[in-house]
Amino acid sequence: MPLPDDHLRYPHRGHHMDHALYGWSDLLDRPKVAWPNGARVALWAAPLLQWFPIDSAGKPFRAPGALTMPFPDYRHYTNRDYGNRVGIFRLLDAMSELGIRGSVATNAAVAERYPGLVKEVVGRGHEILAHGLDMDHIHYGGMPEDEEAELVRRSLDILRTASGQPVTGWLSPGRSQSHATLGLLAEHGVAYACDWANDDMPFAMTTPQGRVWAMPFAQETDDRTVMLDFKHTEDSWLQQVRDRFDVLYREAATGGGRVVSVPLHAWVAGVPYRIGVVREALSYMMGHEGVWAATGAEILAAFQSSEAQSSEAQASQALGSEARNG
Amino acid sequence: MSGGAAGDPGLYDYLPYKGRPRITWPGGAQIAVWIAPNIEFYEYEPPKNPVRTPWARPLPDVLAYSHRDYGNRVGFRRMLEAMDQAGFRGSVSLNVAMCDHHPEIVTLCADRGWEFFSHGVYNTRYAYGMSPEQEREIIRDSAETIQKWTGQKLDGWLAPALSNNTWTMDLLAEEGLLYTCDLFHDDQPTPIRTKSGRFVSVPYSLEMNDTIVYNTNSYDPRHYGTIIKRQFDQLYREGATSGTVMCIPLHPYLVGQPHRIEPFAEAIRYIAGHDKVWKATGREIAQHFLANSYDDFAAAAAQAG
Repeated sequence: MPLPDDHLRYPHRGHHMDHALYGWSDLLDRPKVAWPNGARVALWAAPLLQWFPIDSAGKPFRAPGALTMPFPDYRHYTNRDYGNRVGIFRLLDAMSELGIRGSVATNAAVAERYPGLVKEVVGRGHEILAHGLDMDHIHYGGMPEDEEAELVRRSLDILRTASGQPVTGWLSPGRSQSHATLGLLAEHGVAYACDWANDDMPFAMTTPQGRVWAMPFAQETDDRTVMLDFKHTEDSWLQQVRDRFDVLYREAATGGGRVVSVPLHAWVAGVPYRIGVVREALSYMMGHEGVWAATGAEILAAFQSSEAQSSEAQASQALGSEARNG
Repeated sequence: MSGGAAGDPGLYDYLPYKGRPRITWPGGAQIAVWIAPNIEFYEYEPPKNPVRTPWARPLPDVLAYSHRDYGNRVGFRRMLEAMDQAGFRGSVSLNVAMCDHHPEIVTLCADRGWEFFSHGVYNTRYAYGMSPEQEREIIRDSAETIQKWTGQKLDGWLAPALSNNTWTMDLLAEEGLLYTCDLFHDDQPTPIRTKSGRFVSVPYSLEMNDTIVYNTNSYDPRHYGTIIKRQFDQLYREGATSGTVMCIPLHPYLVGQPHRIEPFAEAIRYIAGHDKVWKATGREIAQHFLANSYDDFAAAAAQAG
């Protein structure tokens, strides 16, 4: 039996992406981005606060870091919860010492369960970045849209109430989305989402309900990915994060501003033997000229204003040449 | 053991590394080094294949899809710059639908005189389960698309996501291709048995392939630089006796990440710093082997096997 004929039909084969969410462009050909005060790099430190329910169903798949042992999986439940009790304070202290404000990706369940923690984060000047309801509520293709709409609404509602912030950023649990997710986010006042891993800079995504900006959120230098999935040591993670910074910092000298995001899972990066390299990584970056530590919302706002200025400049240039030609 | 015995895929006769006819590369080079960037398009919603599911998560698997898409938006140019600086041309393992989706990228390669061989239409369309007629159609699609966009004749093949059928090599030879990249049994080219005549296996590599290094073996980026140099040093030494081949297969979505580009760039600068290196393309290696060594190798293998 040969494959069905649709294997040799390519309905999206043409000069465009194979979906309608964004158009292609090459990072190096885009207008140069200017950060506030001429900074070369926007440093986006992003601790994560996650809660993995003891009765996790793992449907339709387990989020990275999810419980794996037979019920009751106390070892993993508590190991992850360690981040919310202990690890986050080490990360927050390191950031405070270095004068870094960033965005803390927070499961809404964490805000409900530990309201004092959200107050602490907000009190230190960080942005709350919505991270879904909890690590067992995955947004996935095929989930009923009304169920997902309720999940988005409820998560944002909890986090906005707990933080008193507008909460305009979103990171899906497991960075998983359905076909409807981006549209629902736009509908509920989310300006940027961090799930897509296809760029080093923000770019606009289009949904029927409006635009959502994709924000770069390092995937393969993420602490959990490097140290738990790849099983590299914390020293290796430090080297990779520094190497990553060096290349982006170098590119920024000629190619315009870059974003260096540093996701830090409180239950991974906040462990005593790892916090030293976290501090070292952040202080290495802060030790460079022209590094602007900011929240996701601030980085997006600066990016949008830079884009608006360069398109204005383009327009006036075009107008100028028209006048000369005329 | 002769090719064709029970349990043997019948692709080639056994020919031990020791005592082979000598390979001499152009200019007295000891080693032919070729770099094979896989310029790929993975589909957002590919059709189902009965034996392999393209994406692990329910569609849309936005994380896996966007990870690959990084190569075409960002990683490609970093890789290109590293290769330009070290003076290497690429032999592009091309999902030919890239010509339609991102001709800008294909043009940047073509303008540099890079070779294009086929890696199927999309990396999410496997040859598993195809009939020979269906598979012939993707070979012809590849030849026509590459001809149309680059003016080049299609000479090489790396099956889409390395998905083969037992008749694939016969079809490739029949359609006039010269070489396959799907076989990993040697550090020198090999005559491949097909129904229609001369056909060559040009050594590609799993070990030097950034997908294996990063996605399977989970090595760190600096270690990738180290193993490229170690592989080169050994094959360069051995090449003093008889010419060897080293391939570095790449994927811009992996090697083009900011934390990975420098160790790769440094390793190929190291290779380029040696005298007796032939910076070749896959086609050039196949053609040179066909013209100078194929018959000797085939005769030696028939005898040994």
